Amino acid sequence: MKKYVIMILAVLGVAFSSQAQEKKNKNAKADVEVKGNCDMCKKRIEKAAFRVKGVKSANWHAEDQTLHLILDENKTDVLKVQKAVAEAGHDTKEVKASQDDYEGLHFCCKYNRE
Amino acid sequence: MKYILLTLCTLSMQVVFAQDTYRGKVLNTFNSPVESAQITVNDSIVATTDAHGVFELTLDEPSTAYIYAEGYQVYETEFNDPLHYYFITIQPEDDLNELVITTNKKNTQRGRGATNMQVMNSGELLKAACCNLAESFETNPSIDVNFSDAISGSKQIRMLGLTSPYILIAEENIPSVRGASQAYGLSFTPGTWVESIQVTKGAGSVVNGFESISGQINTELIKPSDDLPFFLNLYGSTDSRFEVNAHFSEKISDKWSSSLFVHGNTRVKKNDMNHDGFLDNPLGSQINVMNRWQYMNLEKGWIAFLTARYMKDEKQTGAIDFDKDIHKLGTDKWGAELNTDKFDVSAKIGYVFPNQPYKSFGWQNAFSYHAQNSYFGLNQFDITQRSIYSNFLYSSIINNTMHKFSTGASFMYDDYSEFVANYGANHYDRTDTSYGAFMEYTYDNMDNLSMVLGLRADNSNRLGAFVTPRMHLRYNPWEKTTLRMSAGRGKRLANIFAENQYLFASSRRFNIQEDGGKAYGMNPEIAWNYGVSVSQDFRFLNKSANITLDFYRTDFQNQIVVDLDQSARTVDFYNLDGKSYANSFQAELNYNIIKHLNLRTAYKYYDIQSTYGDKTLERPLQAKHRLFANMEYSTHENNGRYWKFDATWNWLGKQRLPYTGDNSSENKLADYTNPFSTINAQITKVFSDTFEIYVGGENIANYRQNRVILGADDPFGNEFDSTIVYGPIFGQMYYAGLRFKIK
Repeated sequence: MKKYVIMILAVLGVAFSSQAQEKKNKNAKADVEVKGNCDMCKKRIEKAAFRVKGVKSANWHAEDQTLHLILDENKTDVLKVQKAVAEAGHDTKEVKASQDDYEGLHFCCKYNRE
Repeated sequence: MKYILLTLCTLSMQVVFAQDTYRGKVLNTFNSPVESAQITVNDSIVATTDAHGVFELTLDEPSTAYIYAEGYQVYETEFNDPLHYYFITIQPEDDLNELVITTNKKNTQRGRGATNMQVMNSGELLKAACCNLAESFETNPSIDVNFSDAISGSKQIRMLGLTSPYILIAEENIPSVRGASQAYGLSFTPGTWVESIQVTKGAGSVVNGFESISGQINTELIKPSDDLPFFLNLYGSTDSRFEVNAHFSEKISDKWSSSLFVHGNTRVKKNDMNHDGFLDNPLGSQINVMNRWQYMNLEKGWIAFLTARYMKDEKQTGAIDFDKDIHKLGTDKWGAELNTDKFDVSAKIGYVFPNQPYKSFGWQNAFSYHAQNSYFGLNQFDITQRSIYSNFLYSSIINNTMHKFSTGASFMYDDYSEFVANYGANHYDRTDTSYGAFMEYTYDNMDNLSMVLGLRADNSNRLGAFVTPRMHLRYNPWEKTTLRMSAGRGKRLANIFAENQYLFASSRRFNIQEDGGKAYGMNPEIAWNYGVSVSQDFRFLNKSANITLDFYRTDFQNQIVVDLDQSARTVDFYNLDGKSYANSFQAELNYNIIKHLNLRTAYKYYDIQSTYGDKTLERPLQAKHRLFANMEYSTHENNGRYWKFDATWNWLGKQRLPYTGDNSSENKLADYTNPFSTINAQITKVFSDTFEIYVGGENIANYRQNRVILGADDPFGNEFDSTIVYGPIFGQMYYAGLRFKIK
């Protein structure tokens, strides 16, 4: 029984997401967890996000460790932004930074890695 | 056991580091809490506000903190009193939402954008006697406040050495002091109405028009939604000026609020301190009433203002025993009257897209009526102006918020009717219409570079079709150093009589050398302004300091030359034939000497020259060198009670006097004035956040211009001239006042 419920939910989920894909939002809001410490991190994270085409607004706050995004879903998605931010050295919810990129950070930006 | 140890450890650490806890709340200009505002000390985040805007932080020592929040300007504050609960109001970045900063922490702040802009808040205005806008710049070194002429009693301002016609003076981004009100318009806004003033040096933005040449001054009035239910200010001075200001505000619903501002001032006593038989300052009275309504729906993103305002101003001056009912326009006694009626209405509406906070539009419309009737001895000057102004502005981004733009269109209509009697009577009537479109692009790399490129194209029945480019750049080569550059063009029509009406208080003949131009037979004034500015923050003896060097140059392609150097009998107006420029250099040092004691000093150099006839001369009545120092001190706040002390010293080098060589020997003046200085000071005692009293003095050293009026014994003879004013006429003046609020 449980299996079926999960399957139904999964199918529904796919259905919903595919429906969402059909109606792509040009000004989609998204929040994603990004690790960092200070103002220097803020500049780096936001700059990295802006390098992704389709990101309209990017604001990172240290307190909630969240990057607040407004992006055009026709051009990009949150995963692409996470990749760009991780390349800059900051771990995100789904994409982690490489050890090299992390080591390259300014000492004040060396956040605690889990 | 473990916990006790831990507690002990924590406690001992606190003792070792003498840590103090500071608490407070960060609010926006709508008094709503700001969530996720970051408070940083030495570039690291020490706290972030919660959903209620509340923060709590611990510091090892009193420190300067910066508060950052998305969509708001950076706010600087000092955490030094752990017992104080810090209410911090931060100002939005977006012009449309630019509403208030109410703080007594730092009264003048330098903007962080590409333009060389300072924001003065109401705290700065409280430092001077400051009865109206003209006087509010006494403590700001970027603006020179001249001495009031004996006729209007009004003070004139200069920026980069150029007089107010070359400055775009706006009220809530609607150009306000222009045309008929150019000379005295600043005295038509009472100081208590003002919430903040933005002063931009150099060309400025294209959004507000093409007329600005040396700078822009924008005044934000107190918004009904932020205003207190009741405010009362009373003022009286030893030059027998009395003022009353009363504000009433009410929040009608969660979306609507309204304010009623009433101002009255009067001077009833005749003053003649220098015993020349003429009043030192005019008798007069002013009634000024404003009612405004504000609509605000933050969820939907709408904001709107409706404002209506009426002012009646009357002034009388001249001989001590002049009686206007008997002597008006006769030759028994010399006297002058200047009566002004002004009526303004404006409507503004703004919208911010709720899901795209970077996207907004605003539309403002204003109508104003200005009528002045005046006579000066036998000269008469009447002017009526009806104006319509409309401006639509749309702001958004290109790709992302690093690239912003504003675009829009504006329309301006001015209908002038003038009557001038000066050795013959003439009517001058004209209608000016102009419409234009503008585009302004702002780039910010979010780090060390920002840039504003603006361009507007206008078409006017008198100025023709023309473009106005403007450029501003900010670059931080390294931390704490800011480099700014600007360049831009301005174009305007000179209202020669309105701008120079003080000259009617002389027996000079107005010679207008018509040259086929479209206003008074003369061409529009056109100038380019270029500037560079370097600002360096540093610490000296562990206290924060800043030094700023500004250099600006204005090059006139055409100017209406006001020539007092051909003869003491005439003033000549003509199109510039030769060169005219204004170079200005300013070195400013700000230093926080000890806690609560701030010093602001400046040296200013002006090289302003024009071709007068066949000679190139310094502009008359302009000091080449000026020094400025301001010191402010406040005692530590104790239960809301504290003292504030403020003193300003101004030194003016020698000034060139206009030509008086063809006068008889007793009415000849030297070529230059002597240098002199003035001191103003004020003491305020704050009893609580609702009541304070202040006393102050102006020109305490009691410097007086030794000769104000030439030919005073024969005011209808041809050597009479009361317009050569380069220093204080009235000696020392003391004043006292109170401010009372109901919260």
